Amino acid sequence: MENKNKTERESVVIRFTGDSGDGMQLTGTLFSNLSAILGNEISTFPDFPSEIRAPQGTLGGVSGFQVHLGAGKIYTPGDDADVMVAMNPAALKVNAKGIKKHGVLIFDADCFGKSDLDKANFNTENPFEELGLSETIQLIPVPLSSMTQESLKGFELDLKSIMRSKNMFALGLICWLFNRPIDQATHFLKTKFGKKQNILQANLKVLTDGFNYGNNLHLSVSTYLVDKSEETPKGKYTIINGNKATAWGLIAAAKKAGLELFLGSYPITPATDIMQELAARKDMGVKVIQAEDEIAGITTALGASFAGALAATSTSGPGLALKSEAIGLAVMAELPLVIVDVMRGGPSTGLPTKTEQTDLFQALYGRNGESPAVVISASTPANCFHYAYASSKIALEHMTPVILLTDAFIGNGTSLWKLPKLAELDPINPNYVKPGMEDVKVVSRDPETLVRYWSVPGMAGFEHRNGGLEKDYETGSISSDPENHQKMVDARQAKIDYIANVIPELVVEGNPDADLLVIGWGSTHGHLITAINKLNDEGNKVALAHFNYINPLPKNTSEVIKKYKKVVVCELNSGQFATYLRSKVPGEYLQYNKVQGQPFTANELEEHISSLLK
Amino acid sequence: MESTELKLYTAKDFKSDQYVRWCPACGDYAILNVLQKVMAELGVSPTKTAVISGIGCSSRLPYYISGYGFHTIHGRGAAVATGVKVANPELTVWQITGDGDCLAIGGNHFIHSVRKNIDINVLLFNNQIYGLTKGQFSPTTKKGYVTKSSPFGTVEMPFRPGEITLGARGTFFGRLLDVDLKSSQMTMLAAANHKGTSVVECLVNCIIFNDGAHSWLSEKASREDRIIVLEHGKKMIFGKDRNKGLVLDGFNLKVVTIGEDGITEDDILTHDAKCQDPTLQLKLIYMEAPEFPIALGVIRDVDADTFNDGIVNQIAEEQEKSKIKTFDDLIDSLEQWEM
Repeated sequence: MENKNKTERESVVIRFTGDSGDGMQLTGTLFSNLSAILGNEISTFPDFPSEIRAPQGTLGGVSGFQVHLGAGKIYTPGDDADVMVAMNPAALKVNAKGIKKHGVLIFDADCFGKSDLDKANFNTENPFEELGLSETIQLIPVPLSSMTQESLKGFELDLKSIMRSKNMFALGLICWLFNRPIDQATHFLKTKFGKKQNILQANLKVLTDGFNYGNNLHLSVSTYLVDKSEETPKGKYTIINGNKATAWGLIAAAKKAGLELFLGSYPITPATDIMQELAARKDMGVKVIQAEDEIAGITTALGASFAGALAATSTSGPGLALKSEAIGLAVMAELPLVIVDVMRGGPSTGLPTKTEQTDLFQALYGRNGESPAVVISASTPANCFHYAYASSKIALEHMTPVILLTDAFIGNGTSLWKLPKLAELDPINPNYVKPGMEDVKVVSRDPETLVRYWSVPGMAGFEHRNGGLEKDYETGSISSDPENHQKMVDARQAKIDYIANVIPELVVEGNPDADLLVIGWGSTHGHLITAINKLNDEGNKVALAHFNYINPLPKNTSEVIKKYKKVVVCELNSGQFATYLRSKVPGEYLQYNKVQGQPFTANELEEHISSLLK
Repeated sequence: MESTELKLYTAKDFKSDQYVRWCPACGDYAILNVLQKVMAELGVSPTKTAVISGIGCSSRLPYYISGYGFHTIHGRGAAVATGVKVANPELTVWQITGDGDCLAIGGNHFIHSVRKNIDINVLLFNNQIYGLTKGQFSPTTKKGYVTKSSPFGTVEMPFRPGEITLGARGTFFGRLLDVDLKSSQMTMLAAANHKGTSVVECLVNCIIFNDGAHSWLSEKASREDRIIVLEHGKKMIFGKDRNKGLVLDGFNLKVVTIGEDGITEDDILTHDAKCQDPTLQLKLIYMEAPEFPIALGVIRDVDADTFNDGIVNQIAEEQEKSKIKTFDDLIDSLEQWEM
């Protein structure tokens, strides 16, 4: 079984592409899971169309799953693929630009006939030449469909079910190519199909045959060895996507604070998983309302917050727009509330399944009146847990709505997650009224933090009326007095500003002694640090300041930025964070922006940053 | 029946220190007074009482009740109240809303809270006009009515709140009239005692912008001939002389006089508010002047599971079954490995 031709690699990028019905997400997930179990660092990115099942074989229906595995630290799912699996010509066409020079393309030779090529709008019978790939990549045609049919002879399955298993043939082949024993994949399949014995056996058979096909035919391609990562801190790990991590961060915060978790939400791509994850956690006592609309999602949550729960709502851009008025009420009523916005391409319905950072202005400013709210962003799938937890802590301890920005890229993407214990997490102490404070009013504030004291229905002696009308600073009664309004507006702003004292300071990564500072926020961290590390390894000097806390900004923001001669803000929008920074820390900011519904690539960042060094 | 038990609370215990700011002689005052009496009668402490409202004249009401109150945003009171009740089922939750707040901007939340059967008591103040914005027509304004935003009369049909409530599978619908104190108290108390969403349409007079909208039935001299107060299990008899009643004539209701045409009290329908089939209850809701008396009282009051109980029960069942008891158990349940 020894394959003599093995290439050792620091990291490898594999992309599985096919029809949205071809099972590429499952194949990719299985492969990344078993790589992680063998000790690799991993990062994944599913990229799928918003159509559930576009016509078979057409460009609109192409679904992809990319995984980056490494023997060292991995920050992104990778730019271009070393190895690509294409189940049909449409998949090839959509992903052609994403194959590395000298990369390997494995394709289903049974699905590259004339009619298949027509469906994908190829003009000639040689799609590889047409795409300019024949010279630069290594083609491995594998008759996936017919081999799968052959493999399942004797199984009592209809053709449709047989064809559905061909992704397992591809997976088996990839396992061979990457020297992955298939027993771990077998374990996953048993978990997935355990109850459907026939399907399980079929999948196992095809998987094994796919592996053996590679092994026996001595395909003229070298296999890859990617060693265990030694850089990962020791500990127990799993793989988690950002939406699940967000949901679990909320659960952890509720448990830590000793509160019930309540989620009011409405299905919306790409945020729905958060609701589904929490709806499944009855064992954790989570109360979930799938509301009649986005507005009811947030207003049920606000009602729950008023009643004393840790309340959250989850949505994406269009939903955040609908929630604006209720966020304003949370600002005015000074109630804790976590609003998760898993950003997608906009405006309007935009690109529902694609990633963007274009909701920043909406989160910061999208309300009537002077309406400051806390805005926080997560930067990796796994740290969605931490920032959902931090958002909850700030909401509860500072009596404010907190908008947590994640996006389709980290929401759906996965990374390794070091498993936490509840005891290790920061304490959460809501600013409750205390016995003896019976004369406290709905607006009474802690003199230092300006946080109002929280009393909830059921607490005797603290009955009060809250609402969206302006209140008197002293008594809490409704007031339209001019000076009082000014005072209340200032107090609500000062309360948010104070939070800068409790959030971590901005850390500079890369080479802090550089002249050039790159600034990013949210999910672009992985691509930025990959590009910057590479430039610094090559002898350049580049610093990175990456923001997770957006409003308020970390206390040392101005101090950090002013140290550098040249500053460039890189973000997946037309310059929203750059504009915000100009208003907070005036100065000259260069911009690097992309609004294509796709993450940055480390290559394009490297190229651009490098051009700024000249 | 007179209670011999010592009452825990009086209406005064539910009055807040806030000055009531409705126009003098507004019908809302009457509803507020009845509500405070009913709250006292109910015996739930102000501490465990939450009053939630949207926006509009009536939605100012929470400020005047001494318990926990939340004056929210236009149309969303039903959703906020839903969240309050689900998060803290021990509270008695009242939702105060108006014809615009509930049936125009808040229509979606209204039908869904009714459908879900959240255990809240909804007081729907219906004055058939927008008062706070100074006199535009509402979804319950009669067709052809001239208002500031319909200078040539409206060209649209009004909603019938009872019909929507039953259409949304409502389990309780009652109706009261601001000036008819006794039936108002009976209706509101029944609503409070009902498990599930109780919708009470409160016919109130807006003295400034729609004075006399309900005058046909509110005139004291003729009122008893023009209203019928429905109570479960009681004969559908009304009138100053208690000699008028409702009978079925084919599929339709008909007003008859006891003692005329051989009609006796036995011929008069007995009200069945507990009947799951809403057909006859709808006919009572549809009754319009001058052919019929207007139905007040408890029109529908049927048993059904509530959403809030459903959530609590499901959680209890799953927690009983699950091996995952703590957050750390949850983490341990994941596929995991050492690195």
